[in-house]
Amino acid sequence: MAGNTLELKRISASAAPPPGIRDTPVLAKYIDTTTCIGCKACEVACQQWNDLPPETTVQIGTYQTMPDTTANFWNLIRFSEFEDAGGFHWFMRKDQCMHCGDPGCLKACPAPGAIVQYVNGIVDFQQDQCIGCGYCMAGCPFNIPKLSSKTKTVYKCTMCVDRVAVGLEPACIKACPTGCLQFGTKEQLLEVAAKRVDQLRESGFREAGVYDPPGVGGTSVVTVLAHADQPELYGLPSNPSIPLAVSFWKAPLKWLGNIAMIGGIVATAIHYLKYGAKHAHGKDS
Amino acid sequence: MILRYTFKERIVHWVAAFAYVYLLLTGLAFYTPKLYWLAVVLGGGTTSREWHPWAGLVFVAATVLMYVMWASDMRITEGDRAWGRAIGHYVRNEDKHLPPVGRYNAGQKYLFWLMFLGGVLLLISGVAMWFTSSIPWSLRWLRHWAVLVHVSAALATIGGFIIHVYMGTAVVRGGFTSIVRGEVSEEWARTHHPLWKR
Repeated sequence: MAGNTLELKRISASAAPPPGIRDTPVLAKYIDTTTCIGCKACEVACQQWNDLPPETTVQIGTYQTMPDTTANFWNLIRFSEFEDAGGFHWFMRKDQCMHCGDPGCLKACPAPGAIVQYVNGIVDFQQDQCIGCGYCMAGCPFNIPKLSSKTKTVYKCTMCVDRVAVGLEPACIKACPTGCLQFGTKEQLLEVAAKRVDQLRESGFREAGVYDPPGVGGTSVVTVLAHADQPELYGLPSNPSIPLAVSFWKAPLKWLGNIAMIGGIVATAIHYLKYGAKHAHGKDS
Repeated sequence: MILRYTFKERIVHWVAAFAYVYLLLTGLAFYTPKLYWLAVVLGGGTTSREWHPWAGLVFVAATVLMYVMWASDMRITEGDRAWGRAIGHYVRNEDKHLPPVGRYNAGQKYLFWLMFLGGVLLLISGVAMWFTSSIPWSLRWLRHWAVLVHVSAALATIGGFIIHVYMGTAVVRGGFTSIVRGEVSEEWARTHHPLWKR
């Protein structure tokens, strides 16, 4: 979904600076895993609003619709179980693109304009510019971008950028019956989350907290976890960052490579000017 | 005239060369946005991305044939090590101070092994990148390392490629003709490869 150029904050593989000059607040989704009832209305709303063809569900021994998000299934409630001294816990977490502040997918992408980030924080794929190389799948710390075998391009949650652009909330938020999903500015939602965390702590969940990992520049998904000290229990990495191999390639290695390639060509030119060609000796030499 | 490269050797060399140049141009397009125009010229980003791995398979096939044809000639000997230590003379065109060489000098041998090992690394990492979707998330380090190994190996071969093209066309006159028509003069052989055909 093409957005307004005035709102482009980052553009993949772009040699020119992004033109976004609008001063808009960063928006976010709020996900309270402690009040989610696992009804999957958000899954249905996502499919319906985006007109995505149905995916065959896969039974993996839990209530989960399928093992993972796919190219046309962008919103998945993950069910997980966990037992400790406090008893048995059943977690439900809405999984989708986290809309990172510093998106690894965008950093890794070699196709100009195939991944953009708007000033409001939404990270969006432009499939008409995507070349299907899969670098974003190496750059993402959350395993979100999925390659469609049908179109050979990559898809993920758009945060309903088309709805947000006209002042509506994303479809998943709209459908949530418990209010565990909310939409607003990230600043507001962090306050909501902080209050909820206080409540949870008072109720005995001493490790309750907000998941907004700094390693990826924060995310435009503000997640409340009852056990924030162990995000892995919810299928979230504890300290996500752009993979070292990707950031090393895109910064020092690239500069070294550029210097080496240009240096190599310049060195051969200088060598030729100084020493010239090697000629075969004549018969009498 | 002396036959330096058989018809088969020349064909294989040029298949590898054309595949490599295509891989280089499309690869550079994906390497930096400033060279993405190369992909546009070559039919667009999607086309370049689609054909790059297939050209890679052609390059690998040619590399395997080159290994079969030339690996025995490319063994690094004690004489090559002495030549390598005296490489400064070669750079300054003071070839008379160098130990005499056979069919290939040490520089050519090291280039061969650089391209061969580079090809192996590019193949392994390239296949991983081609089928990223099939690499399970638990093995995601493979996705990460494939990207890094692919670009590193490519840069190493580009270094070798620059030197190879420069030496073969500008410096060692007669070298380019030999890989096109296969033949060199007796003087050429005696000057550059005195121990070959003796």
